[in-house]
Amino acid sequence: MAPVPSTSSQSLYDPRRHVRVDAERARDVSSTDFPGYWPNEDHSWNLAKFQEGLQVKVTRLSKRSIEFDLVGVDASIANAFRRILIAEVPSICIEHVYVWNNTSVMVDEVFAHRLGLVPLNVDPSLMSSREDDNDQPTDRNTLVFHLQVTCERNKNAPKTATDPAEVYINSEVLSSHLKWVPQGEQEIVFADNPPAPTNPNIVLMKLRPGQEVDMEMHAVKSVGKDHAKFCPVATASYRLLPLIVLNPKKPVPPHLAEKFRKCFSPGVIEVDPITKAVSINEEQMRKETMSREVLRHPEFEGCVELKRVRDYFLFHIESEGAYTPERLLPESIKVMREKIATIRKAAEALRSDSGGSGDVEMRDS
Amino acid sequence: MNQQSGPSINAGGSGMGFGAPPPKQDTEYLCADCGAKNEIKSREPIRCRECGHRIMYKKRTKRMVQFEAR
Repeated sequence: MAPVPSTSSQSLYDPRRHVRVDAERARDVSSTDFPGYWPNEDHSWNLAKFQEGLQVKVTRLSKRSIEFDLVGVDASIANAFRRILIAEVPSICIEHVYVWNNTSVMVDEVFAHRLGLVPLNVDPSLMSSREDDNDQPTDRNTLVFHLQVTCERNKNAPKTATDPAEVYINSEVLSSHLKWVPQGEQEIVFADNPPAPTNPNIVLMKLRPGQEVDMEMHAVKSVGKDHAKFCPVATASYRLLPLIVLNPKKPVPPHLAEKFRKCFSPGVIEVDPITKAVSINEEQMRKETMSREVLRHPEFEGCVELKRVRDYFLFHIESEGAYTPERLLPESIKVMREKIATIRKAAEALRSDSGGSGDVEMRDS
Repeated sequence: MNQQSGPSINAGGSGMGFGAPPPKQDTEYLCADCGAKNEIKSREPIRCRECGHRIMYKKRTKRMVQFEAR
């Protein structure tokens, strides 16, 4: 018997897409849309079918964060993008600190570490990364910053003043004190957006009269798996879409409708003011916290099922650094495509080495 | 982790034991009590000229020190 097309559908209410959430356990956690699971159904991977199911929708976008839905991919793909965002999308950070003078109370090592953590507004696509530690710094791979701050008494301060910001000049070293020194062609390359910290008000350390810092910093391009300071995101996480399914055979009794509504997050359940009939607000359903409160009450047993949609990912990414939030997912896809290209090249090299025979044959049989 | 570089005072210093440091430079010290600058010569009592305190701090190196921001 020839395999028939899969009966899995695009509907949110297709039980094959559901992770069941019970009072004390989650069930049907693993996906089943692979060949051989459902008898006599064709689940082989198919680009046209994948494109039909794939959906990306931005639900919220602000200056620093983005929320979007990624629908129709396996958890391994969604997780790969999350991990690439955290560990492998490049960014620019201070890496080498050359100290000429530091008479503050903070030791050089600690201050150098703090300088490294300051997010810079430099677009990483404008720079190349150093190949190894011995690579010579050039104007293509290194940005130079200078920091020279001396604290003095403010002679014009009123006698009664006690606030250090009033009594002293430069009582705090701020991230805005970092001065970029253009090298070579950098003056032109970075003309429309001069390199600086994204936030000018980060307190790096405090000074008192007579104390002084004088240092030079080199910023380089690298990735989050090298050091967490290079991570371009503050958080990059996803959750699965919550789904509440009412049982039409056992409606919620009208006198319990209000109690039923309160078992869920605000706005998720709507109660008709006249008939007291319970319905679900589809737009608000994603706000459900899945507290499972409703499963604690025996009177609601069988009325409702709590579920999550296994291939419906609600991403939340907070950008920290140079990237605008909407650029982050495309950047992670770019990194993933580079990885795939490398594997493809290696596989093709293997095949040509073996002369089309042997156990590295990668053609689909 | 960190390394000093720049114009070294002891450049090319081979076979330098505990003998006299090559350039006879009177090193300045800072008093731990009043912060005044003091020059101390060898075989001289370690004592601040201003306040008589007997603890001195050595000044920070004039050389550049390199650190990794990690």
